[in-house]
Amino acid sequence: MSEFSNWDIIYNLLMAARWTVLLSLTAFVLGGLVGLLLLMARTAGGAWAKGLVRCYVELFQGTPLLMQLFIVFFGLPLIGLDISPWMAAMLGLTLFTSAFLTEIWRGCVEAIGKGQWEASTSLGMKFTQQMRYIILPQAMRIAVPPTVGFSVQVVKGTAVASIIGFVELTKAGTMITNATYAPFTVYGFVAVMYFLICYPLSLFARHLEGKFRHVAR
Amino acid sequence: MSLVELHAIHKSFGELQVLKGIDLSIDEGQVIALIGKSGSGKSTLLRTINGLEVIDDGAIIVDGKKISDRDADLLGLRLQVGMVFQQFNLFPHYTALENVMLSPQVVKKQSKADARKVAEEMLIKVGLADKMMHYPDQLSGGQQQRVAIARALAMKPKVLLCDEVTSALDPELVNEVLAVVRQLAEEGMTLVMVTHEMRFAREVCDKLVFMHQGRIHETGDPEEVFANPKTPELSSFVGGLA
Repeated sequence: MSEFSNWDIIYNLLMAARWTVLLSLTAFVLGGLVGLLLLMARTAGGAWAKGLVRCYVELFQGTPLLMQLFIVFFGLPLIGLDISPWMAAMLGLTLFTSAFLTEIWRGCVEAIGKGQWEASTSLGMKFTQQMRYIILPQAMRIAVPPTVGFSVQVVKGTAVASIIGFVELTKAGTMITNATYAPFTVYGFVAVMYFLICYPLSLFARHLEGKFRHVAR
Repeated sequence: MSLVELHAIHKSFGELQVLKGIDLSIDEGQVIALIGKSGSGKSTLLRTINGLEVIDDGAIIVDGKKISDRDADLLGLRLQVGMVFQQFNLFPHYTALENVMLSPQVVKKQSKADARKVAEEMLIKVGLADKMMHYPDQLSGGQQQRVAIARALAMKPKVLLCDEVTSALDPELVNEVLAVVRQLAEEGMTLVMVTHEMRFAREVCDKLVFMHQGRIHETGDPEEVFANPKTPELSSFVGGLA
């Protein structure tokens, strides 16, 4: 059996961490886009659209992420769609992220007073113009801390993708542990790496808060 | 022909009937004050004129054209009817100048330079030449309300609606806003205002409309209406204020 140095462990974990970052980014960007569409439907749509979005949000908030991944990964093949672990993880995390973000952002939009809607309406603006120029710029400011806070949850959530065989940071940690029999060392490094990804996000959130406070009063 | 005609306007909120058949015509250049107790329907009536409240029954005719509740019609209506609110409702993330420039650019697709020219003109008109770059939270209530008036005027409306525009102001700030409204009236702007400033209404308005329980109870020349109220309700309303 070959010996593993700490550098071997770290090197291999870093290679796998790239996939954690990529999966997080993809899920966050796609989830954000889907979340924004759902937010529009929930804010502007009829009773039907609103009800549908509410069911969507409840469904993904009320079940474990792991079950959502299982259903995507094992369910889609049942209807003839063969899906790779990467696709399944991306799809599952996107659905999960969009449900949470749309709910977080809905709260932020609702925090903007009725007077802002009425004033912009009476100036002749349409819904999309009101959203773009009046509501979202203000809602974004209050949305920054919970949104970035949630992005940290997404990064940590990518760990469950290891269960369906996608080799990201956690899965790589398990594989290396199986070879080195040094779980404490390996998972210690894994934890540090998650922290190194997540901590800058928290710092970034704080930075943005200060910046938005200056620009948007 | 009147600029705005309201025919048999009905409006309910759930079970509560707020407007029970209102007929009102507003001529070009006319200054009309809506007065009455709270709950009499005067603010709701004002808000129907630019479609913020959709009417249940009746007709709104602007410039000879009947307004339906289709979106396109309502947008057209709002281009002709501006509104100023009790709570100012300035956009807090824009400067005074940007507040006034925004809608001409976004809604009327004016160039930035044109919008800026009009906005500066309007802010000078309301006496805020030196506050253009200030954000709303750096302005007093009276200054904010004057920005709100400039913002509505920049869209060049045919009618300006004022919903208790001085009610949220500290007493010493009321006059600077009323002075602007008075100036607009003198320049021939068509104004409809809900107000509690009776002395102002009496001095500036051409027509007084007293609302009571969702109906127009009494209407006429302000001097005449104040001096000789014909109904006991108006009499007690005027008396209660004196």
